[in-house]
Amino acid sequence: MSRVREAAVAARNRDIRNRWLLSAPALAIIFFAAVGPLFVMLLYSFMVKGDYGDVKFGQFSLDGWFSVFFQRDLFDDTLGLADAHIAIIWRSIKLSFSTTLLTLILGFPTAYFIAMRPARNREIWVFLVTIPFWTNLLIRTFAMQQIIRNEGLLNNTLIWLGVINEPLQIMYTDTANLLGMTYVYLPLMVLPLYASIERLDFRLVEAGYDLYANRLQVLRRIIIPIVKPGLIAGSILVFIPSLGAYVTPRVLGGGKNMMLGNLIELQFGGGRNWPLGAAISITLMALVMIALLVYVRNVSRGGGSHHG
Amino acid sequence: MRHEGFEIGSHALSGMTSSAAVEIKGVSRIYGSGEHRVTALSDVFMDIRQNEFFTLLGPSGCGKTTLLRLIAGFDFPTTGEILLNGQDIAPLPPFKRPVNTVFQSYALFPHMTVEENIGFGLQMLGKPKSEVKARTDEMLELVHMTAMRDRAVSQISGGQQQRVALARALAPKPEVLLLDEPLSALDYKLRKEMQIELKRVQSETGITFIFVTHDQEEALTMSDRIAVISNGEVRQIGSAREIYDRPADRFVADFIGESNFLEGEITATGETTATVALAGGTSITAALPAGPKLSGKVTVVVRPEHATLGEAGSGAFDGTLEEAVYFGTDTHFHVRLDGGERFIVREQNVRGGGHALPKTGDRVAVHLGSEAAQILKD
Repeated sequence: MSRVREAAVAARNRDIRNRWLLSAPALAIIFFAAVGPLFVMLLYSFMVKGDYGDVKFGQFSLDGWFSVFFQRDLFDDTLGLADAHIAIIWRSIKLSFSTTLLTLILGFPTAYFIAMRPARNREIWVFLVTIPFWTNLLIRTFAMQQIIRNEGLLNNTLIWLGVINEPLQIMYTDTANLLGMTYVYLPLMVLPLYASIERLDFRLVEAGYDLYANRLQVLRRIIIPIVKPGLIAGSILVFIPSLGAYVTPRVLGGGKNMMLGNLIELQFGGGRNWPLGAAISITLMALVMIALLVYVRNVSRGGGSHHG
Repeated sequence: MRHEGFEIGSHALSGMTSSAAVEIKGVSRIYGSGEHRVTALSDVFMDIRQNEFFTLLGPSGCGKTTLLRLIAGFDFPTTGEILLNGQDIAPLPPFKRPVNTVFQSYALFPHMTVEENIGFGLQMLGKPKSEVKARTDEMLELVHMTAMRDRAVSQISGGQQQRVALARALAPKPEVLLLDEPLSALDYKLRKEMQIELKRVQSETGITFIFVTHDQEEALTMSDRIAVISNGEVRQIGSAREIYDRPADRFVADFIGESNFLEGEITATGETTATVALAGGTSITAALPAGPKLSGKVTVVVRPEHATLGEAGSGAFDGTLEEAVYFGTDTHFHVRLDGGERFIVREQNVRGGGHALPKTGDRVAVHLGSEAAQILKD
């Protein structure tokens, strides 16, 4: 009996060892590619800034973190809120939220439309949605600029149609940022939504109609709760990159309408304040984490509890 | 008579048990056009009575589910009209028809509990909360699922899902309940239980049931009346007994139960019977079908249990026993008749007594009971 038990214990130990050995490469990649750099960032955010960029190693300081939210007045040295930073953080959150909402409003009917095509045509539609990914983000953003600038396609068309007399100033506004980001991130919303709508059992929709639910009620009470995982996946996929967007606000928003990505770039570049850049980066991460937590809590509260 | 109530409206009519609950009048459903034209239903007429357990029976792809979907409003007839309690329901979308469906796949809402599923239809009808609750309780009671009310539908068995689907469809008190092969996903024993259950629920609620199945045994045991459908056409409508004992044509005789078909020619015609000369040289007397008199070449049908075996030379025709298959309650004897046809005789197995069983290769005679043979329309 005891020999059998010993053999079982030995086998289990061998199993555990093999498991660690097999997952070692993955763990190494995760450490060096994800955790490592993050740790470096965290470290930098607590250092004294170097005179020409970089940090003075070994010299601990909270200045980086301090200046994320506060600033000293140039003249009387009094403490005040860093209005510019807070405005940028607020703009980033607001724009990311609006982008998510707008991609959702545009993406849901698109995904539904694709999912309702005959099976053999769906691939083509999905393929069409992914075409923008083939082009460099910068090129796509410049294309957007050509459409919305004062002498661009949109303004010229509206003037030609007589809708407006003066071109609309869209470039270098938050609207430009919103339009640009919506255009860039729309496929990230459509694809997960399509994946979950495509799996929707259409007989459930028929059952809804059969049980006296009209179109709106079927959408609200049956389709949306069932495709919620795709809805949430799409929202996360759009919200997170929107929050850290760099190229779009740089090209379309101009200098005045910076977002967090641009602010971080500025600190590591012209601003030569690496600890502040690192601290803002980590603040951005914290914002993403908070947003994710809110999402996760919403999922487990609404409907999700019945699945387990 | 039915049409007098046409303007009165459905509620006035639903009280009159003599009127039809559903009238199908010349309904056709044709998909596609040109070369790809597919006729799912062609010129179907039927009246389904109030409080009736009416079954649409046919092989898969015969159009029975299409007909159900036309009544539910998921699909629309190419021609013809469907009346519900005397009113044309063509203009009504499915969510305005007082008809509910038990789907083949159940189609229970996965994000709702058992109770929420059952209450859904009443909620959509805008019933007050207290009424939804009371009616849901009643339905849970009816299908014995009260203990499971808070379960997710993924946490209950197939048979329980079936009960919930039934309760959900019955809760809004539909005037007609449509059941689309609701038992096909259940195993044999559970299916038997649910057959009895469905009959009980139907008689307790008094709702008209339209039941779709391809299972002839299910149809025979449960239905008040059956419509046999093949290739989009109604072949026969009648009670289980009428359809089994007096099949209207060869398809019905073949599809329902087992049948022996014999080819022959009518030599003499009487009032209700005719003498038919069979290929083997013998003549038998067979019942004539209702309708125009037949003559010439005909097909005669004999149910296996309406024939018995005997000593060679003593019966309607002789043959050689090819095989005897034991089925527990009865034995099937496969006889090769001298005329060349194969003929099956089913005899009940009797414990201890009975005549000595013939062996394979023995010469035997087939005896036909009175009225065993019937002449079929083509």
